[in-house]
Amino acid sequence: MVKLQINGKTVEAREGEMLLAVIKRQGIEVPTQCHHEAIEPTGNCRLCMVEITKKNWDGWKKSVTSCLYPVEEGLIVETHNDKLFEIRKTILDLQLARSPHSDYVRKMALDYGLEKSSYPVEPDGDDCIMCYACTRICEVLGKSAISPTQRGHQKVIAGPFGEAPPDCIGCLSCAHICPTDHIKWNDKGQTRTIWDKSFELIACSKCGKKTITREFADYLIEKRELPANYFEICDDCKRQETAEKIGSLVVRAREATI
Amino acid sequence: MKIDSIRKLNKWRREIRTQQKAIKTRVLICLGPGCLAGGSDLILKEFRTILKKKKIKNISVASIKKTGCHGFCARGPLVIIEPQGIFYSKVKKIHVAEIIEKTLQRGEIIEKLLYKDPDTEKIYKEWRKIPFYARQQKIALRNVGQIDPDEITDYIANGGYSALAKILKGMKPEEVIEQVSASGLRGRGGAGFSTGRKWATCARAEDEPRYVLCNGDEGDPGAFMDRCIMEGDPHTVLEGMIICAYAVGSKEGYIYVREEYPLAVVNLQKAIDDARRFGLLGDNILGSDLCFDIEISKGGGAFVCGESSALMKSVAGEIGEPRAKYVRSVLKGLHDKPTVLNNVESYANIPVIIEKGADWFASIGTKKSAGTKAFSLAGKIRNTGLIEVPMGITLREIIYDIGGGINDNREFKAVQTGGPSGGCLPADKLDLDVDFDTLTENGSMMGSGGMVVMDDRTCMVDVSRYFLNFLVEESCGKCVPCREGLYQLHKLNEKVCKGKAGDDDLKLMENLSRTIMSSSLCGLGQSGPNPFLSTIMYFRDEYEAHVNEQKCPGGVCKDLITYRINDDCDGCMACLKVCAADAITGKKNEKHVIDEIKCDRCGACYAVCNINAIDII
Repeated sequence: MVKLQINGKTVEAREGEMLLAVIKRQGIEVPTQCHHEAIEPTGNCRLCMVEITKKNWDGWKKSVTSCLYPVEEGLIVETHNDKLFEIRKTILDLQLARSPHSDYVRKMALDYGLEKSSYPVEPDGDDCIMCYACTRICEVLGKSAISPTQRGHQKVIAGPFGEAPPDCIGCLSCAHICPTDHIKWNDKGQTRTIWDKSFELIACSKCGKKTITREFADYLIEKRELPANYFEICDDCKRQETAEKIGSLVVRAREATI
Repeated sequence: MKIDSIRKLNKWRREIRTQQKAIKTRVLICLGPGCLAGGSDLILKEFRTILKKKKIKNISVASIKKTGCHGFCARGPLVIIEPQGIFYSKVKKIHVAEIIEKTLQRGEIIEKLLYKDPDTEKIYKEWRKIPFYARQQKIALRNVGQIDPDEITDYIANGGYSALAKILKGMKPEEVIEQVSASGLRGRGGAGFSTGRKWATCARAEDEPRYVLCNGDEGDPGAFMDRCIMEGDPHTVLEGMIICAYAVGSKEGYIYVREEYPLAVVNLQKAIDDARRFGLLGDNILGSDLCFDIEISKGGGAFVCGESSALMKSVAGEIGEPRAKYVRSVLKGLHDKPTVLNNVESYANIPVIIEKGADWFASIGTKKSAGTKAFSLAGKIRNTGLIEVPMGITLREIIYDIGGGINDNREFKAVQTGGPSGGCLPADKLDLDVDFDTLTENGSMMGSGGMVVMDDRTCMVDVSRYFLNFLVEESCGKCVPCREGLYQLHKLNEKVCKGKAGDDDLKLMENLSRTIMSSSLCGLGQSGPNPFLSTIMYFRDEYEAHVNEQKCPGGVCKDLITYRINDDCDGCMACLKVCAADAITGKKNEKHVIDEIKCDRCGACYAVCNINAIDII
């Protein structure tokens, strides 16, 4: 265990743990955008920055992203002060210019008293805040179908060469993890569309309800070594089947006792 | 032929030297980037063609040598005749026959090709005496311009691989690190971190394997020092890396070179192939237990890939984006393993440090910045080129004594050091010592060694805009402050250039700069606002002129200037002919007039007028 000080209070943390986890455990609110428990931190949004110092640093302070900074014995951490407020406010101010239509960004900016951006707003700006949550979850799933492409302000998340990603299996993990709901998708009849790519949806052989894409099913069957017919029946029908089975067993048992 | 012992290496060196002694006269033809652009490859070909046809006593095709950059790019193409050191500048193909006939055959000097100092009118016969060279001290560049980079024998004849032999013969890895530490060598890529300390940390790391990387991703506009070392003396980079590998216990190394340096890639590859063939790379180097090999990793030309963590990702085949370095790359670098990453010039210093000793190196330069530093002089300076000077020399000495002052005898305004994220220093900082700490203290930085000189016709607001634009395009786009912050900072800077900004915009720019610097993920963003901050620190009056008076004192920002023909105009029609917008009217020998509405302010008329009859208002 490691002992450190957060906002004046001494706390304990496991070795190798990141500062942000310890801060959150204390019930302290630090804004984040790109952080998600399911994926590795990358430090894109910079909102979780805190100031650290140590007793022997002669008062020198360093701003670090708490999501990436491993705890250290004797660390003195400050999560809120004027400088950090200014950093967070400026970042949100910049995002407000880039993604003026995003409710997510607008709400966060409002917490910092920003009703409109101090910078020239891009009326056509999209809602992508470049947090990489989508590409990271795709990587965790083992597909890495999409990735950040281009540089700087031109950067976009896309498939290889800006085309429909060949490795995408239509699992929707990216769309679900996206904090700003920027990744659009839809299910129409038998077809799911995402990233300019169409997928066939599996229909439950019992009730006919559409479940997941054929590609996603094949991928899971292979990866988890599931029976080949595992996805033929939907979860609801499976549950019903099981209930019926248990029900009939109960009935049989009761009949036997009588 | 494998050189599998130090004895064999020494014997080979003696043999090469004996062979080379037989060649009395050597004609060195600079094939550095500048001279090559001037057609020096044609000069080389011409020398060889004529000498093949013509039999001349003591001179053969073997006397003709192509070399890397000799340094004095402004006077290129250069031909140097050794051992006399005769310096011919601005040589053309048509001069070759004359040089052979007069100088090589009869020993006569061709005066018109010699260098004449434009101020003193003194004519110099020997290159070492020219002021441009006289103040220099070459360590990293010691062989560049002196040897044929394709010939491993040239390198060996000049003492190459003897430092490697020295450590293999009698130095422990710790002793090598000790020497490098004691020499005071600091990273020549710009950050100035102690090279010895870096090596020591890597050697102490418990994880394996360890990697040795060379950063040849030189991307600063106007910088070409590393390029010239890689092109002109590739073996010194290899030797430096092999010594490092021995010191830290590595078996695998990579040289990261940008693909825009095709000649560097070719020359390095040739050097690697030769070194492998002779047993200087690969298993059991020089018959010792040391096994180390190097591969070239080509970069796609992203500026950010010069940043250590982005570079390592790029070498590993991933997207070249930096990561937070709270765990340093020397412990968790390439493939998350301990990695030493040094700049090309740092490695080029290593063999000399090992051979001549740490004390010798530490005695050069200043106490905290030992040794020399290579710079490329660019911009409005008379003697553009590649130089190497001891640390602690003043900016004035570099710009005036070596650089020959400002073009057309105009007034000096600023010098930009440290590349796009460096800073611009004004005239009253000319007497600053050039070393890592002094430059940083004054709002600029050493950087990798690009030096861009600006004259009084430069608008500092426009300079800031230019470099910010470069950084906006080169930002990787991963973190918000760098991607969005620099973008907005550049847009605000453009607004100033157009004369549409107010005081509050300047304040906003300053506040934004602070946040970008304190919250960006990597060095690119953290130093990104420097072009703006250093220009507003030293040239606030120019910003104020743009904001308050809608005037551009440098006469550069198009929206704020007007070209007007004054009474000196003699009606020569030169400006009228070059005007693409057809904005100039007038008859021969009569004063011309510029239509301010039609004029698109391209400046062509101003550039073409020989009698200063056009004013910028």
